[in-house]
Amino acid sequence: MKNDEMSDARRAADRRSPSVWEEEFSVDASEDAYVLRRQFTKFLVLTSLGMACGNGWIWLRSLAAKERPTYPELVVAHASELAAGDVRLFSYPGPQDPCILVRRANGTLAAFSQKCTHLSCAVYYAASRDRLECPCHDGYFSPEDGRVLQGPPPRPLPRIRLSRRGDEIVAVGVEQGGEP
Amino acid sequence: MNPLERPRRRAAIDAAMACVILLLIVQMWLLTATLESYLAGHHGVAGAAFAVSLSLFLLCGALYVLVMRLDRGRHDAQTPRSTSGPWTIGQP
Repeated sequence: MKNDEMSDARRAADRRSPSVWEEEFSVDASEDAYVLRRQFTKFLVLTSLGMACGNGWIWLRSLAAKERPTYPELVVAHASELAAGDVRLFSYPGPQDPCILVRRANGTLAAFSQKCTHLSCAVYYAASRDRLECPCHDGYFSPEDGRVLQGPPPRPLPRIRLSRRGDEIVAVGVEQGGEP
Repeated sequence: MNPLERPRRRAAIDAAMACVILLLIVQMWLLTATLESYLAGHHGVAGAAFAVSLSLFLLCGALYVLVMRLDRGRHDAQTPRSTSGPWTIGQP
């Protein structure tokens, strides 16, 4: 009986004072949830900062791009060497910019960047169908002005400006897709 | 502490977080649209898009400060916790 009274008193004392494990683990579950919520919000705000920085980077790039670069002149082929349906591959304006020169069946010449505007696969000229085709995702471009005829490419192909110097075909500039 | 205050505060924090998420979605869309436009050769929209994106970020920051203040208010309103811990063993 006396032992029971003692154990009741001990239990009551335990209820009043925090037990050892409560002292060791000083953060309770509900508070932990609030900490996570704050951290999550902080993560979202940092992501937002990243987005703003991305937009800032695009803005800076567009400011730099407003000053039109001067393109070199490059002889890419001789007109007499190109029969109808023939193509010439060349790099312009830099060595990492592959381009394709096409002589269409009607005799007109056109040159475009060879990188598909979807995922940068190399496009080729399908003479029988008179169109530039990307084999990766069946994106088709018009050899007339580089506009998208079909498929996932979001923009026309950048067009290479050409000029004739006698028999020589000279690349003199680049028009980005969508430029007038 | 007013028993109605805590759920109201919690709802305010939830609402602020939802707003931050919405603003972030708008910012993501804005970034992709601006990039697409830039790659297509239209450079005129980049400045305006940057200004809007910066405004959205500032708004997110303001909401974050609000969440912090509400949360701090919750902690201040709570009953003070026991300061006893392993480092105070043996002290009265």
